[in-house]
Amino acid sequence: MSDLGSAPLPPLAPDDHVLGPAARPPLVVYADYECPYCAVLHARLVAQGASWVFRHFPVRSKHPRAWAAAAAAEAAGLQGRFLAMHEALYGDQGRLEDPHLWERAERLVLDVARFDADRRSEPVLARIRRDFESGIRAGVVTTPTLFENGLKRPGM
Amino acid sequence: MSIVAPGTPVPEFRLRRDDGRRFTQDDIAGQTTVFVFYPFAFSPICTDQLNLYEEVLDQLTAEGATLYGVSCDAIWSQRAFKEKLGITIEQLSDFEPKGATCRAFGVYHEKGGMPQRALVMVGPDGVVQWSYEAPNPGELPGANLIFDALAAR
Repeated sequence: MSDLGSAPLPPLAPDDHVLGPAARPPLVVYADYECPYCAVLHARLVAQGASWVFRHFPVRSKHPRAWAAAAAAEAAGLQGRFLAMHEALYGDQGRLEDPHLWERAERLVLDVARFDADRRSEPVLARIRRDFESGIRAGVVTTPTLFENGLKRPGM
Repeated sequence: MSIVAPGTPVPEFRLRRDDGRRFTQDDIAGQTTVFVFYPFAFSPICTDQLNLYEEVLDQLTAEGATLYGVSCDAIWSQRAFKEKLGITIEQLSDFEPKGATCRAFGVYHEKGGMPQRALVMVGPDGVVQWSYEAPNPGELPGANLIFDALAAR
């Protein structure tokens, strides 16, 4: 039996990315870093002072650099700078090629060699896959998709 | 017109591959096939749908399913669409006589002159195992539905 069949949205995991002031926000956002609508949603949520759980949903053929960007955010997270990289990626979606990712890593004073190894590592890719697959099971079809208290919120 | 129901033999059909060759019910014998009927090449929802299914194509293949996109577009449009998206899901054309296969499967939208957004899974024995029509063409069926259908075989 496939593990991508329908399933409810997974509850908050200890290593989920919680953004904003609340510890257990009711909002979950499936998004990718190359998606312009995701950047708009991010800016709106920040402006509203909202809190939300961010989960990766990169789709290669739609956004060719979305996987690489997600991996960069996760690799920065391993050095304690997930949020900073997350914001740096949304801040300039026109520059997501490898040199741009290294440049961001330098700007965030990361260990760039470690960053570069981590972003290609299996644990980082598995972490992104986990988010993506949980989205597939919950019926996510496009980005951004927003859930509130486990229910898909229409119009997003 | 209602979509072909599970348990019924797949209707006879004639489509064209993107290289112009015929594609009929004989071409799906012995394999689990998922037909993805979509309204129009290059339309926004169809783009999202095929991109999404492409992302999980390895898992669908591992489950033994072969996917085909079906629309009433000409083979040249489908080929350009596939190339633009950078996907590998084979496209099949129901261009002439227009919509004949879609009608046979009960998924032709007469007013729109296009297929409904629908999924039909046919087993290796040529019998329809599962079918799904989206409530409206703007609604994109999640890949989870296909995995559910594969798990229920």
